[in-house]
Amino acid sequence: MNPENRVEFTKEMMDYTLLAPNMADVHFSILTNIFAEYGYKVELLKNDGRAVVDEGLKYVHNDTCYPALLVIGQLIDALNSGKYDVNKTALMITQSGGGCRASNYIHLLRKALHKAGYGHVPVISLNLSGLEKNSGFKIRLSMAIKMLSAMIYGDLIMLLKNQVEPYEVNVGDTKKLVQKWIDDINVMFENRKGYSLREMRKILPEITKSFAEIEIKKTEKVKVGVVGEIYVKYSPLANNNLEEFLFSQGCEVMVPGLLGFFLFKTDNRLEDCKLYGGKVLKKYAMQIAMWFLTRYETELRKAAAAYGDFCVPETYKHIKEKCTKIIGAGCKMGEGWLLTAEMMELVESGYGNIVCAQPFGCLPNHIVGKGMIRKLKELYPESNIVPIDYDPGATRVNQENRIKLMLSVAQENLEKKA
Amino acid sequence: MRIGLDVGSTTLKCVALNNEGEIVYKAYERHYSKIAEMSSKMLGEILAEHPEFAHSMLSVSGSAGMGFARTLGLEFVQEVYATRVSVSKLLPGTDAVIELGGEDAKILFFTGGTEVRMNGSCAGGTGAFIDQMASLLEISPLELNELAKHKDKIYSIASRCGVFAKSDIQPLLNQGAAKADVAASIFNAVVNQTVAGLAQGRRIEGNIVYLGGPLYFLSELRSAFDEGLKTKGVCPENGLYFVAMGAAYCAKGEALDIAKVKDDIAGCVNSGDYVSAKPLFADKAEYDEFTKRHAENSVAVKDSYDKGEKIYIGIDAGSTTVKTAVTNAAGELLFSKYMPNSGDPVRLVKSFLEEVYEKFDGAVIGGSAVTGYGEDIIKNAFGIDIGIVETVAHFTAAKKFRPDVDFIIDIGGQDIKCFKIRNNTIDNIFLNEACSSGCGSFLQTFASAWGYDIESFSKLGLFADRPVDLGSRCTVFMNSSVKQAQKDGASIENISAGLSISVVKNALYKVIRAASADELGKSIVVQGGTFLNDAVLRAFEQEIGRNVVRPDISGLMGAYGAALIAAEKAPHTSTVISREELADFEHTVKAAICGRCSNNCRLTVNTFSGGRRFIGGNRCSKAFSDKSNEDTLNLFEYKKQLLSKYESVDGKREKIGLPMGLNMFELLPFWHTFFTNLGFGVALSEPSSRELYIKGQHTIPSDTVCYPAKLIHGHVESLLEQGVKHIFYPCMTYNLDENLGDNNYNCPVVAYYPEVIRSNVASLADVDFISDYLGLHKRKHFPAKIHKILSQHFGDIKLRDVQTAADKAYDEYARYMNNIHITGLKFMQEAKKRNMPVIILCGRPYHLDAEINHGIDNLICSCGAAVVTEDSVSPLVSKFPTDVLDQWTYHSRLYAAAKYVADKKDDDINIVQLVSFGCGVDAITTDEMRSILESSNRIYTQIKIDEISNPGAVKIRLRSLFAATGR
Repeated sequence: MNPENRVEFTKEMMDYTLLAPNMADVHFSILTNIFAEYGYKVELLKNDGRAVVDEGLKYVHNDTCYPALLVIGQLIDALNSGKYDVNKTALMITQSGGGCRASNYIHLLRKALHKAGYGHVPVISLNLSGLEKNSGFKIRLSMAIKMLSAMIYGDLIMLLKNQVEPYEVNVGDTKKLVQKWIDDINVMFENRKGYSLREMRKILPEITKSFAEIEIKKTEKVKVGVVGEIYVKYSPLANNNLEEFLFSQGCEVMVPGLLGFFLFKTDNRLEDCKLYGGKVLKKYAMQIAMWFLTRYETELRKAAAAYGDFCVPETYKHIKEKCTKIIGAGCKMGEGWLLTAEMMELVESGYGNIVCAQPFGCLPNHIVGKGMIRKLKELYPESNIVPIDYDPGATRVNQENRIKLMLSVAQENLEKKA
Repeated sequence: MRIGLDVGSTTLKCVALNNEGEIVYKAYERHYSKIAEMSSKMLGEILAEHPEFAHSMLSVSGSAGMGFARTLGLEFVQEVYATRVSVSKLLPGTDAVIELGGEDAKILFFTGGTEVRMNGSCAGGTGAFIDQMASLLEISPLELNELAKHKDKIYSIASRCGVFAKSDIQPLLNQGAAKADVAASIFNAVVNQTVAGLAQGRRIEGNIVYLGGPLYFLSELRSAFDEGLKTKGVCPENGLYFVAMGAAYCAKGEALDIAKVKDDIAGCVNSGDYVSAKPLFADKAEYDEFTKRHAENSVAVKDSYDKGEKIYIGIDAGSTTVKTAVTNAAGELLFSKYMPNSGDPVRLVKSFLEEVYEKFDGAVIGGSAVTGYGEDIIKNAFGIDIGIVETVAHFTAAKKFRPDVDFIIDIGGQDIKCFKIRNNTIDNIFLNEACSSGCGSFLQTFASAWGYDIESFSKLGLFADRPVDLGSRCTVFMNSSVKQAQKDGASIENISAGLSISVVKNALYKVIRAASADELGKSIVVQGGTFLNDAVLRAFEQEIGRNVVRPDISGLMGAYGAALIAAEKAPHTSTVISREELADFEHTVKAAICGRCSNNCRLTVNTFSGGRRFIGGNRCSKAFSDKSNEDTLNLFEYKKQLLSKYESVDGKREKIGLPMGLNMFELLPFWHTFFTNLGFGVALSEPSSRELYIKGQHTIPSDTVCYPAKLIHGHVESLLEQGVKHIFYPCMTYNLDENLGDNNYNCPVVAYYPEVIRSNVASLADVDFISDYLGLHKRKHFPAKIHKILSQHFGDIKLRDVQTAADKAYDEYARYMNNIHITGLKFMQEAKKRNMPVIILCGRPYHLDAEINHGIDNLICSCGAAVVTEDSVSPLVSKFPTDVLDQWTYHSRLYAAAKYVADKKDDDINIVQLVSFGCGVDAITTDEMRSILESSNRIYTQIKIDEISNPGAVKIRLRSLFAATGR
């Protein structure tokens, strides 16, 4: 099984079903439709439970990070389910590139497929670094731009939902509105509308307006921020429904969006040029990409501030400046300095109670998560950060108990302030 | 009126406070998981003794209390928070609290920003750990405490996990270390774990309070903490009840009708909702068929012998039991014995031999063989003829039952040994080095927690209808899974069955890591004491979907195999101790420190009557002989010599401190040359040692990071102690590109550890810590970059000088690497000439550190092999496609070395890979190494290393490897 003879996804395979793991619900449900528009039948996997973990344990080295284990377990469990014709199915998985173990997920997936007898199933690497190519699967520029738009919609909806739902008067209003927007955006996308920056300039504020109109009753609630390794941070499968749990404990939850991560990954290449030298052309290309992404960021922020009294995330540039006072901008593997920056930003915007979610033994997190908590505590004595490890053996009880400890302290701080 | 209930993992505590906040009732009991029953009883007692509590506020706390409170709709207070409330109220002025519970450990800091720390997914260093260790010594924790009072010295024992500790303690016991010292060492290990795991960058000082059961009951544990923290902590009068009291203080809201609550609790029916697995047996008939089938695999037994007949003795001195067998020349079993080890194998074997001489009065002992952990000491003590590696003993025995056996799995008390047989030799060995969860002692621990012996406990599960699905996990984690299952209403029968299944799953998926039964083999023989339990055996057959052979002497196979080998290879006259000598047998133990190299092994010197001696605790053979190491071929040693030339020097300019860990090991020639050429002085941190590690322990923020990274904290402290004013430790995302892989990264920990140091070592504020981002891979850009950095810190430096220094540094580095390469080749040629096997000991450059590799290089040399390194052969290989993304420089060398061996097809050149515990990248490299090697039928051997080492397991692997390659 050499890389040279990996199973390619060819043009003849356009009628295949592409299975992909789910991560962030809102974002990914919009993304699926973009693929459909370009002729790819993408299905997001929602299977969970013990079987997923067991398949993962069976086919992936048990010390590998939990996200790899889960994602691979989920894909194999789906192939085993009998729901799909395994000769007409391909798998799709993101590949970030970079010095973290995560760049190897796709290879581990292929190894696992091979072991499980699915060696013939093609695997598509979804990446923006040009790591692997498939003749039947191309992300065209227009598609990439649509995906970016989907991400912006997702980030905004998630941001607003999190700030409204805990306070809604009529339980369920917010969830309904989220679904309505997902449906509306899908219809727009189907009609090839709604993804240009010009259109978004109009639609995004409307989204904010609709959320601002939900009837709420403001009460003092413990405000919790969630940061972490990207998959564990977003995926309820990986983090044992963390958001829901916090919500059930009467908290307001803030989860920083995906756009920051993309800005970060793009910016890293610029930083590399700065730190170690690099081609001028590459530098320019990246500067343009940054400029392009920042335009979207500006719209997103403007929209969030347009109505109501929502907490608007700081700009990427701003949090980078602040954060690089304590950690180098060259720290780029995994979530890199961005994770530390997100924690700082959360504390400063009133979400000083933080769950830092990471897979057990996550390498970058030793540095940017657990490694920075002491420093943050020094800078922000009011911060109340709890790192939580996720892996197949960590029990929910244990995790919830630790989170409860954090919440007790948070509650006390809240009462002190009142 | 307030009532507080503290439902801990093992105990239940209850207090009732009157309106003045005084305790009028308190109770502390082990709950044996009968939480509802016991708490209801306690509330009943309160009502009976103090009727005024009929209406009181009540709240629940404790690690097992959350679900309980949720089901009953009672108020819940997180237990650490509860402690904090009580301490603030009752012991103002406290700076820090250390609280150890059954399965948790906590530190609370009060001054300078309140902070609470609790153990995460690791239960090392808790009450459960102490219980586990006490039961290993077959005493109670209180007796352990008594023993520790008579300590003489401390051994280093890992307490991160009971598993590691066991593998530290067992050899100590087997080698005859005094139990008092072991007891004290256990407490000391708890202290280290607590400090390392929880302090995370904060010093524990000032007024310290000790809380929780273990600290309350065990005075020696308290004094171990006092010693470790260099302070005197207090253990308050109601130390056991602080959580319960805190819960009571926190209770708010309406007073409850306690009688009703009591009834509610008593009537609390569990949901019965948990994930379950298939039952082991559908019905009795299936079980009968199963037992009938397995009854067929019996050993040939004979109960008589002729006068003057030769008999053969086999001894398996295992980690928890001593097994013995006596056979005749035909391999018929005449006599056997299975004895718990109790930490003194010598005494047991002595009584066994006495029995043999008694029983077989007229027979002649024709030969004897010993295997197992205690092999060396037993061999020396009683003049046993042959010492054999366990794998060979088991294989020999298994062949007697299934001549075509191709897979053997042995699950013993604490170890799992599995191996494949190919071409009648042992091919691939799986040992559980990092985890004991698939083992017998795992079941044992749970059985005794419920007051059963292992046999009857495991039987309970045979006909369980819905075995709990516990997955495959470490014992420590399993505790909480079981707790959860209990809470969900799983019966003990279903838990028992679930545990048996999880033993099997652990063995299959964690140790062997098999994807399917076919991968194991066609003819499988299972053995070891754990398989004597039908539930485990059945679970195994179910899980792999294939019938296996379990010999009726499944627990004795090691000993039986040894006896067979004794018969096969018997010398003319056996050297075994005679009946007369045995009568006068004496055994004395003395402790000593080796001191012949920097390892400073703590030795136990055993002296036996007849002048025989056995020295244990050594990591190499230096302790025994005065022979110098000059003619060994050890490239590790050579590399160390090369590096020792770059020593601390003074210069015209400032002195630069270099912490000698992680990537600095390999880059020392570079930086040393670079700085000295610019006129700087260079100061190196002292060599790694346990003491150095402890020095920096309090600043480690992540307790799950690898040991090499943790050591860096000690190295930085060492530089600070030397008074160095400038410490140079750059962040390096990229390593040098050796054109072997797709990229040339460092792993995230190596790349960015300077960031951790900067943010966590408070005393760095007083020095100049240079941790800028640098890339040596861009030679063109490097001089300008470093020039800029140096100018910022040291003012005027000429770019031209920097350029020259950089050129010299690059040259020096290349020379150093080339030297290793050339010498490695020379060593291999020399080995060929001397007809020695060669081991390519693969790892990362910092595995050179003896504190990290635990002298494994010397151990290999003492087995008669030459040791070279991965970077000495990697230049011979050019880039080739791998199944994984080959993007880390250090790891590209590993793959290249594997490729070299795979292509070389020389049975005398083999790979042994050192893997640091907690190294996330090695989860990827080990699999890839294995697949590269196995693709051309080569044997892959890996050795896991951590804060501690397990030379026993290392030896088994090496000896089996040599046995397999015909050495």
